[in-house]
Amino acid sequence: MIKRTLLAAVAACAIAVPAAAQDFTITNATVATGDGSEPIENGHVVVRGGKVVSVGAGAPPSGGTAIDAEGRWVTPGLFATVTALGLWDVGAVSESNDTRAGDSPFSAALDAAPAINPNSQHILVHRAAGVTRATSVTMPSSSIFGGQGAIIDLGADPQAVVRPRAFQVVALGEAGARLAGGSRTATHALLRNALREASQFGEDASIPGRASRPADVRTGDDLPIDPRMTGDDAARGDDVLLTRFDAAALVPVVRGEQPVYVAVERASDIRSVLALRNDFPGLDLVLVGASEGWLVAREIATAGVPVIADGLDDLPENFEELASTQSNIGRMVAAGVKVAINASSMQNPRNLNQYAGNLVALARLPGASGLSWGQAFAAITSIPAEISGMGGRAGVLAPDAAGDVVIWDGDPLELGAMPVRVFIDGVEQPLDNHQSRLKERYRDLDESGLPKAYDW
Amino acid sequence: MKLPAKFTACILASSALAACATTDGIDRSSASSSAAAETGTPYASTYRAYPGRPTALVGATVFDGTGGRIDKGTVLFREGKVVAVGDSSLSTEGYDRMDAGGKFVTPGIIDIHSHLGDYPTPSVEAHSDGNEATSPTTPEVWAEHSVWPQDPGFSRALANGGVTSLQILPGSANLTGGRTVTLKNVAARTVQGMKFPGAPYGMKMACGENPKRVYGGRGRMPSTRMGNFAVNRQMWLDAQAYDGEKRDLGMETLKGVLDGEILIHNHCYRADEMALVMDMAKEMGYKVTAFHHAVEAYKIGDLLRENDVCSAIWADWYGFKMEAYDGILENAALLNQAGACVVIHSDDANGIQRLNQEAAKAQAAGRRMGMDISDGDVIGWITLNAAKAMGIADQTGSLEAGKMADVVLWNGDPLSVYSRPEKVWIDGALMFDALDRKRRPVSDFELGQPGEGDVK
Repeated sequence: MIKRTLLAAVAACAIAVPAAAQDFTITNATVATGDGSEPIENGHVVVRGGKVVSVGAGAPPSGGTAIDAEGRWVTPGLFATVTALGLWDVGAVSESNDTRAGDSPFSAALDAAPAINPNSQHILVHRAAGVTRATSVTMPSSSIFGGQGAIIDLGADPQAVVRPRAFQVVALGEAGARLAGGSRTATHALLRNALREASQFGEDASIPGRASRPADVRTGDDLPIDPRMTGDDAARGDDVLLTRFDAAALVPVVRGEQPVYVAVERASDIRSVLALRNDFPGLDLVLVGASEGWLVAREIATAGVPVIADGLDDLPENFEELASTQSNIGRMVAAGVKVAINASSMQNPRNLNQYAGNLVALARLPGASGLSWGQAFAAITSIPAEISGMGGRAGVLAPDAAGDVVIWDGDPLELGAMPVRVFIDGVEQPLDNHQSRLKERYRDLDESGLPKAYDW
Repeated sequence: MKLPAKFTACILASSALAACATTDGIDRSSASSSAAAETGTPYASTYRAYPGRPTALVGATVFDGTGGRIDKGTVLFREGKVVAVGDSSLSTEGYDRMDAGGKFVTPGIIDIHSHLGDYPTPSVEAHSDGNEATSPTTPEVWAEHSVWPQDPGFSRALANGGVTSLQILPGSANLTGGRTVTLKNVAARTVQGMKFPGAPYGMKMACGENPKRVYGGRGRMPSTRMGNFAVNRQMWLDAQAYDGEKRDLGMETLKGVLDGEILIHNHCYRADEMALVMDMAKEMGYKVTAFHHAVEAYKIGDLLRENDVCSAIWADWYGFKMEAYDGILENAALLNQAGACVVIHSDDANGIQRLNQEAAKAQAAGRRMGMDISDGDVIGWITLNAAKAMGIADQTGSLEAGKMADVVLWNGDPLSVYSRPEKVWIDGALMFDALDRKRRPVSDFELGQPGEGDVK
């Protein structure tokens, strides 16, 4: 058995050896660069050494393999943010599912990077659907902290992780309250204590990095906040709740060196998150979910906090989403908020383009707020990349960006649009997977000669 | 961030229920005699069509639900019924003419698999009324007794999805979950006010993982797939022996199935299991009307055609449980190619708002495989085919003279992501109008809440 497994592994590796990055020039394309602009007719894209070197209308600089797109759409690969890609095989088969670690003594320290499996069928399936990069992370389950998410590429090679520990995840609102002990008050106490402990832990351990500014303690109208609940000078006393590992993981969060993705829905909860920076000014906040964001859109915009918003939620799924509407994103964008579409708000991340397309549809609907085509496409390409710290390097076709290029069989926001060819870092990708093999096997049901099991 | 919760819901909650074959007793003013004969049926429908104007939709592309398409067509309806569908030569005298040039008209969309009302939003524990998960065999429960008419989800299905009729099923925790109920998607104070007059009942059954997990996990039968079948077969044997002398609610439902009056809607994923269920039906003397979810139906399209069983499926759900591992995008197209009946269903309060989009994705997957399925046929997957499998095709599901005037006017091609319902008529009454902000239902629950009456 072991031998067979080994042989299979060797065979799989042989198949998976990546092709080298190739230089190529795509012409005669409808190019959508992902930066929010509208598509360019008769455009070109030139990739050399794995990076984009030229994009635009008209004649390209020559070089590399010539690819005539025959008028097809050419775009950067989709950037799916907040996913579990590479962390699970079958949702309900717990031993194959690394998306939650509810029984772990650790929380913030959980690191998705070493758990990512580049051979996961979900990576293969989503690569074939035009997703070339993603953030993957475990969901908060043992604590309000979900752990540290990784930025991955979906290339057919062993190096999936582009950047480990790219961000921390924390759940507030109803979910966070249940995890913290049953009330939002517990969530905020837990979070503030954790940040205080991390701050002190960073000082004690002399972990290198920028020092935070002194805490800007707000006194409100009467009682001042005890500086021990906020400041760098908080004594590390006996009331330590975090494991050392978790405290260490939160040091870059409290210093603002690692973004913290805060899952939150209700308008008042969003305000409370924004207010965290009064006490912890270093926090690099990103809101996730934000179904009632439109109610506080100006405050979010003023705070300069980006949002990874649930795309089409419009039901009062719970009491923190009473005001949810599909126009949420359109209204936030109109108020000046930077908004990406949350890949975890849909059945699977390959529906990102469908969700973006729906936001375009809303722009045509009286009373609703939607996005232009360019804005909607940016919400699944350049903007999630920017929020992830990959601005200019992924999710966009621009000089020096990664050569993640997709040639589509139609308008990429239209229903059922699929890639014809996919390049990641300039390497053309295989598009086969379990699903494509099943499809081919069952193209017909003819078993007159042999069982279907021989059809492969 | 909310995906895992949704997974849990679909794993446990999805599936259809079968109910019995009686019709609702009271019909509207144009009542058919057969419906009148059923006077005395408990919990009878009290639904009455609301007033409407004689209306002529002129100049639209019309998909009639039967597969037909008329460019620059005319649709006439009055007094709740479709009067005629044809080309521009139809006289519109006596009708309010509505210019629908550039727009599209379809029959009202029908969802064969919904849990609205039984699992309403907000999704709090107090609202969890979809599974009587205290026994694996509960034919005695009726889904209608759990329906909360104030579920805000009904209004979203109407306004965003153009859904005019839907079947509410018990969940899939049980092998036999109970009776389904078919509703008109018209806001009402009571479930009786929503019940589709004359619709047969269905009975929900479930194969596979859910029943054996739920009951095996409690140390009781069934804990295996063979246990599932043993419990089911004994149930049918007992039903065959029922003489009706002492009323038994469960037996009345099962007898209705054996008498062909109640339609079986069977949650089942795997091909091999569906084949076994079809043989069980033959053994015990009943018929399976539709398999629901049926992610492996494409492997047995021939068997499904021969047994005249519909497959009510998603476009692209896969992987969330072991028995969903082989889900492929081409399921619908391959079934269609095999000559089997295809219905696209939602099983989801969000998905029900986009059945047209799901159908379009399934169509596109077929096209990539070389199977061109006409737009008209694809609209049939979410209209007439659903109506047939729910036993209401003689009354709705297509735009044919004499049928209920359940009509959607789309502001563009319904198989494009960029289109939305502009107006929805149910029995000839205008129940949604995107151009009139007051012409949309707002549930009691949403009154006085943030976002009341919003575009959603």
